Amino acid sequence: MDLSLTPEELAFRDEVRAFFRDNVPPSVKRKLEENRHTTKEEMVEWSRILNKKGWAVPHWPVELGGTGWDAVRQYIFLEELQATPAPPMLPFGVNMVGPVIYTFGNEAQKKHYLPRIANLDDWWCQGFSEPGSGSDLASLKTKAERKGDKYIVNGQKTWTTLGQHADWIFCLVRTDPAAKKQEGISFLLIDMKSKGITIRPIVTIDGGREVNEVFFDDVEVPAENLVGQENKGWDYAKFLLGNERTNIARVGMSKERLRRLRQLASETLSGGRPIAEDANFRAKLAAVEVELKALELTQMRVVANEGKHGKGKPDPASSVLKIKGSEIQQTLTELMLEVAGPFATPYDVHGDDGSNEAMDWIAQIAPTYFNYRKVSIYGGSNEIQRNIISKAVLGL
Amino acid sequence: MDFDLSEEQRLLKESIDGLLKTSYDFEQRKKYSAEKGGWSKAVWDKLAEQGLLGLPFAEADGGFGAGAVETMLVMQAFGRALVLEPYLPTVVIAGGFLRHGGSDAQKAAHIPGIIDGSKTFAFAQLEKNSRYDLNDVSTTAKKKGDGWVIDGEKFVVLNGEAADTLVVTARTKGGQTDRDGIGVFLVPREAQGVTVKGYPTQDGMRAADITFTGVEVGADAAIGDPANGLPLIERVVDEARTALCAEAVGLMDEALKITVEYIKTRKQFGVPIGSFQALQHRAADMFVFTEQARSMALLATMASDFDDARERAASVAAAKVQIGKSSKFVGQQSVQLHGGIGVTMEAAIGHYFKRLSIIENTLGDTEYHQRRVSEAGGII
Ligand SMILES: Cc1cc2nc3c(=O)[nH]c(=O)nc-3n(C[C@H](O)[C@H](O)[C@H](O)COP(=O)(O)OP(=O)(O)OC[C@H]3O[C@@H](n4cnc5c(N)ncnc54)[C@H](O)[C@@H]3O)c2cc1C
Ligand SMILES: Cc1cc2nc3c(=O)[nH]c(=O)nc-3n(C[C@H](O)[C@H](O)[C@H](O)COP(=O)(O)OP(=O)(O)OC[C@H]3O[C@@H](n4cnc5c(N)ncnc54)[C@H](O)[C@@H]3O)c2cc1C
Repeated sequence: MDLSLTPEELAFRDEVRAFFRDNVPPSVKRKLEENRHTTKEEMVEWSRILNKKGWAVPHWPVELGGTGWDAVRQYIFLEELQATPAPPMLPFGVNMVGPVIYTFGNEAQKKHYLPRIANLDDWWCQGFSEPGSGSDLASLKTKAERKGDKYIVNGQKTWTTLGQHADWIFCLVRTDPAAKKQEGISFLLIDMKSKGITIRPIVTIDGGREVNEVFFDDVEVPAENLVGQENKGWDYAKFLLGNERTNIARVGMSKERLRRLRQLASETLSGGRPIAEDANFRAKLAAVEVELKALELTQMRVVANEGKHGKGKPDPASSVLKIKGSEIQQTLTELMLEVAGPFATPYDVHGDDGSNEAMDWIAQIAPTYFNYRKVSIYGGSNEIQRNIISKAVLGL
Repeated sequence: MDFDLSEEQRLLKESIDGLLKTSYDFEQRKKYSAEKGGWSKAVWDKLAEQGLLGLPFAEADGGFGAGAVETMLVMQAFGRALVLEPYLPTVVIAGGFLRHGGSDAQKAAHIPGIIDGSKTFAFAQLEKNSRYDLNDVSTTAKKKGDGWVIDGEKFVVLNGEAADTLVVTARTKGGQTDRDGIGVFLVPREAQGVTVKGYPTQDGMRAADITFTGVEVGADAAIGDPANGLPLIERVVDEARTALCAEAVGLMDEALKITVEYIKTRKQFGVPIGSFQALQHRAADMFVFTEQARSMALLATMASDFDDARERAASVAAAKVQIGKSSKFVGQQSVQLHGGIGVTMEAAIGHYFKRLSIIENTLGDTEYHQRRVSEAGGII
């Protein structure tokens, strides 16, 4: 047992760190630090930088563009990416539909879609949730009827993150209404430009636009867009959600936020002294640091065990990562709000255009706090994660 | 000991609820929020008609001579309906300065306009470095002839754009944090040298940053003793904090109610999600936090009659601590129990959460008031 990185791993970390330092555009880095939205163009540009370097899809099989790094290096890479901070890779392609396609898709699908995902030529979004099917995802109703060489899709998806930019949506659709609910679901790839699709924005609590409703009205989808077998979509969805949970701890990001919090606390005065010198505040900071360190080690244990639970079977401890990762992210936004104090009250109508420079960081504090309530809701809510632990781990 | 409302108080509560029921649903509120100034003049006139704007003023001044309990009832009702109108800065704060520190002439000049709804006020107190310390004042008021010249910058002034008159704290002598030498001045918002930069706030209201450059006002602008106004400021701000505590209790009551209704009706896995014990316990904890908050809001309300200024201040601080903690739990969990819809603009619940969060950081946060309680030697 050894908790420290080997000299080779340390060298690898330095290499990755230097690359991010030298290649993330400073304006983008600043946006991420202040938790402002990056534009589609910025995301695409960054993905191409990574792809050129051969790092756009590090965890994919080598023959499909992956790096062949072991689990520790994958982990170091993500950590450094978040800690820089650099833009995350668009998860819907790289972490979600990509692995589903290369694990369950046919050769033609692999050949067509995977390179386009790696280069962000196609922007993907996730069409799982529906108004009546959130935590109970398997109850979904959007239906796809087979007519000759097409499926006809009718229904509605919701909470579709960044769907406004999307070229493609991967959907869970009901293909056998008669079967038991998990057994009548298929996994379908749908072109967002198809006739019969409309998209409506949902404004989030902070005033941002990151989620949408997507409506399907007699949308024709070529049958070749089915992934794997008809009515086996639920298996692929579980595989995908398992991957989503391990990516959700965001240890590197929380480390970056913690550093930023410390800096803001040292620049903000309370009673004439920097808040960072206040004993109570320091104790709160120390408490989060301890939680974050514990999470980091738990994450490393999960990483080291990867694959030991059988292929495609996530470690049940990944629910710990989701619960603690989200709670820590939320605590950090709370402490940021505490530091900003009364100056967090103004709502920055200028948004992302860079005006109101001096107050930029502070204008995003309250919106981020409000918006980050989402992290304990999406990706399987924290209540659902606790259900998983009590059933799957504790046998209750 | 008596926690019951009097007959008049009960009627008051019913009449406010009746008014808000017809003129303050979530859609109407959205419209009011978009109006110039961030609130509805029509609603304000209705509040005046019902006598709510005159509640705390003495009968001799044209008011109803009501006490802290009545203000609490109004603020709780306003919390339940997420009311945007500037009752706090106008009636509670400006009204408080006039009641406790105003001369007869000042009362006669300003109170009638408050009561009949024709005038609103704003409290220009926060400065760049003051944070929550009321004694930290850099804005200056210098004597010129009989009157004063005011220079300085104030931030996040609620209702700062729409107010007819600003209540400004300014230093007449001494260093930045001296307890002595702070005065309170009434400054017309349209006075020469006043620059107002307005903006919406996170909780759907409007506020402003205000610069004072060589603003000249007369001798009658000073409320109370311009050389020693801090005790007056502390008293009025404690009343404002008390009002905020009451508003927060109203917000929590409604947030809990909305959430319980939601989990009774929202179905997942074929059953109402309220049938899951995990959520039942969370809702039960929200109830526990709300009741603790209600008790402390009552303590703060009663404290306004305490003779001992120290005990009064410690009680209000303690209430603000409990309100802060309860607000955080109730606000966060009501969003959580709603799932995705909780983090959208279109659902009312998120707006309760946001207002609760901003109240926590207004006129002293939990941390600040906890320190005040401990510096006062505790409250038990
Ligand atoms: C910002 C954001 C982005 C999202 N992006 C996407 C996306 O890109 N694509 C996509 O498909 N979906 C997306 N989602 C949807 C997300 O996965 C769902 O919101 C989530 O599954 C919860 O579903 P729900 O919102 O319907 O809440 P509900 O399922 O109605 O849950 C409401 C409350 O009940 C609790 N609850 C439910 N069941 C149980 C139970 N059995 N035991 C105890 N408690 C329970 C929940 O934990 C929650 O507190 C996004 C959501 C958000 C908020
Ligand atoms: C020091 C002490 C003094 C006591 N004095 C008295 C006394 O004077 N008179 C008297 O009548 N009894 C007394 N009790 C007994 C006490 O009332 C019971 O212990 C208590 O009711 C719990 O019952 P149990 O011990 O059978 O545990 P269980 O009922 O088996 O409960 C075990 C655990 O499960 C939880 N639990 C049980 N049911 C549910 C549910 N539906 N939902 C969620 N969680 C649940 C409990 O909270 C507990 O954590 C005393 C107990 C103690 C420890």
